[in-house]
Amino acid sequence: MQIEDLNAIAEKHIASRKKIIVRTCMSAGCMSSRADVIKANLEKAVKEQGLDADVEVRRVGCMGFCGQGPLVGIDGVKEKEILFEHIKPEDADSIIATLKGVESNLEIGDPNHPFFAKQTKIVRANGGIIDPEKIEDYIAIGGYEALHNVLTEMQPTQVVEEVTKSGLRGRGGAGFPTGLKWGTVAKSPGAKKYIICNGDEGDPGAFMDRSVLESDPHLVLEGMAIAAYAVGADQGFLYVRAEYPLAISRLQIAIKQAKALGILGSGIFETPFNFNVDIRIGAGAFVCGEETALMMSVEGKRGTPRPRPPFPAESGLFGCPTLINNVESFANITAIIKKGGDWYASIGTEKSKGTKVFALTGKIKNTGLIEVPMGIPLRQIVMEMGGGAPDGRQVKSVQTGGPSGGCIPAQFLDTPVDYESLMKLGSIMGSGGMVVMDDTTNMVEIAKFYMEFCKDESCGKCIPCRAGTAQMENLLNKIIARQATQRDLTKLEELCDMVKNTSLCGLGQTAPNPVLSTLKYFRNEYEELLQPDKFGPGATATK
Amino acid sequence: MRLPTHFMSAILTTAEKPPVKPAADPKHASGDKRFKILEVHMKKLQFKQDALIEVLHKAQELFGYLEDDVLLFVAHHLKLPPSRVYGVATFYHFFTLKPQGEHTCVVCMGTACYVKGADKVVAAIEKFAKIKPGETTPDNKLSLLTARCIGACGIAPAVTYDGQVAAKQSPDDALAKVKSWM
Repeated sequence: MQIEDLNAIAEKHIASRKKIIVRTCMSAGCMSSRADVIKANLEKAVKEQGLDADVEVRRVGCMGFCGQGPLVGIDGVKEKEILFEHIKPEDADSIIATLKGVESNLEIGDPNHPFFAKQTKIVRANGGIIDPEKIEDYIAIGGYEALHNVLTEMQPTQVVEEVTKSGLRGRGGAGFPTGLKWGTVAKSPGAKKYIICNGDEGDPGAFMDRSVLESDPHLVLEGMAIAAYAVGADQGFLYVRAEYPLAISRLQIAIKQAKALGILGSGIFETPFNFNVDIRIGAGAFVCGEETALMMSVEGKRGTPRPRPPFPAESGLFGCPTLINNVESFANITAIIKKGGDWYASIGTEKSKGTKVFALTGKIKNTGLIEVPMGIPLRQIVMEMGGGAPDGRQVKSVQTGGPSGGCIPAQFLDTPVDYESLMKLGSIMGSGGMVVMDDTTNMVEIAKFYMEFCKDESCGKCIPCRAGTAQMENLLNKIIARQATQRDLTKLEELCDMVKNTSLCGLGQTAPNPVLSTLKYFRNEYEELLQPDKFGPGATATK
Repeated sequence: MRLPTHFMSAILTTAEKPPVKPAADPKHASGDKRFKILEVHMKKLQFKQDALIEVLHKAQELFGYLEDDVLLFVAHHLKLPPSRVYGVATFYHFFTLKPQGEHTCVVCMGTACYVKGADKVVAAIEKFAKIKPGETTPDNKLSLLTARCIGACGIAPAVTYDGQVAAKQSPDDALAKVKSWM
């Protein structure tokens, strides 16, 4: 495989395309509403109405507007795409009939809606456009060109430099500078190095990585291959949750196709560079999102974390230097190589560069996936793109960062979304889940919900997390049952502090965050539930 | 070669079951073809010990749940101590050591589903089937489970009926579906 072959595949594929493309979203969300039947019906309708020559029905990944699904988009008729929303299998005939000019009363989305208009797409640029199960589709839009250029024209150090220049920070949540990480692994001595892509998207309320893996698996593979070249690794592992069967099957297809074309394997693009990727399927353990626990899991062991240092960059998988990055981080790499680190650094804020994909869910009108430049005010995301709370309710708070994050109250909606600003409010960027809560939501219940989650998911290795989360949940239950006093609340705060500062890994260290942030902003909701303390200091003796 | 049955009594609690009969390598004594399929799968993974989780996934896919017998078979072939296999099988939520009912109903309890009322869906099924999450009805018809997040937050609350994800489920929707199974 050489660049000419790549171009030939692209040209041949573009030439074989038909004039009108009917794109059917076949991502997990729309699939649950029988998108597979919709696609089959659309194909049948095209045949029956004799439009075979001009119209092709294409399977595509996530189009983003999941709340309005199933979605069908049509290209090639008008200047902008036509987007049909809430499609049922029986609507297929009338959709195809619109191509002949027949009016339909189906729901048509507005492509200028702020939900779409305010997005800047880098990671999700191909989502909803290409067929994730066809490598030709990816090659036709310039896929694997960046890998070719890296292998033939750049030194590994140059690649690391470019990524450093871009200012990309880890999209898994902590925001560690990606270039610095790559540089450390590249410099670590050792003949064998590994690349791991962390697709263990465990945060409830987050589905960005699932969507990227389902919609554009080759983008992630290409990013991983470039990373492998930069740090000197030849084996990669893609760790994906078992809860994402569709993502796993599409990745398997993608790896098989890339291997068949010689884009993965040995002697890639006729250079001495070898790179293989294996999929490792998780088995439902939230703690495996933590990098050291994830590596244990890749090794086929119980996913328990270990103290750092040594950091994975020095001693990781099987004791070898290991580069571990999130799905979204890898998905940014191709664009950075193609357009340059400076271009990437021009998007976003001073310390947080580029874009971030968020899963906008909860009590909000428009649910779905959005990709926005860093630094965009939270208000624009929630009120303009999301359309605010439904049923005339008020937005009360926005939860970011899942069980490790916190609740941002409505009065801080003007905060720009970047790593530092969210941290200042007691929350974190996290992997990108954004759950909106309206004024009917009880914040103490939410704190309990997350604490229960952390208690269940605690691996049990260190005591502060194992026992602390259980005790905090007990206290929260006591408060909710209106049996707690001021002393219990004080105890809860002390426990938060202890668990936060003494736990071994990120799970325990961040487990108190939902409690702390709700206590900080919604303390009155806790206090309303407290009972007078009959025996504590200052209590009047009853006789 | 014989299966190390003496490990069993120490690690596994199999009060109601008689001890597993030792099996000759590579076939399983029961003659069950699924063991053969599992063995072929392990061979494909070159009997690598780090592929344990993959092997357990396959085993659960074949058998529906992970019996002691199956765990020992895997331990034996991957040359791992049964304690390690049992430890991994019990650590991860995805693996189950108990047989599931004829139908499974998995209610997603991720944050997005939760704030949209997934707890009410669970409560409705609990009340109707008189079982708690993680349990199976006595007639073995229905297993009720909860998931941490199935990543279908855009269509919350989501419920997976026998592997099929259904969007925006109300307690009534869920009850109707579950009743149709009983």
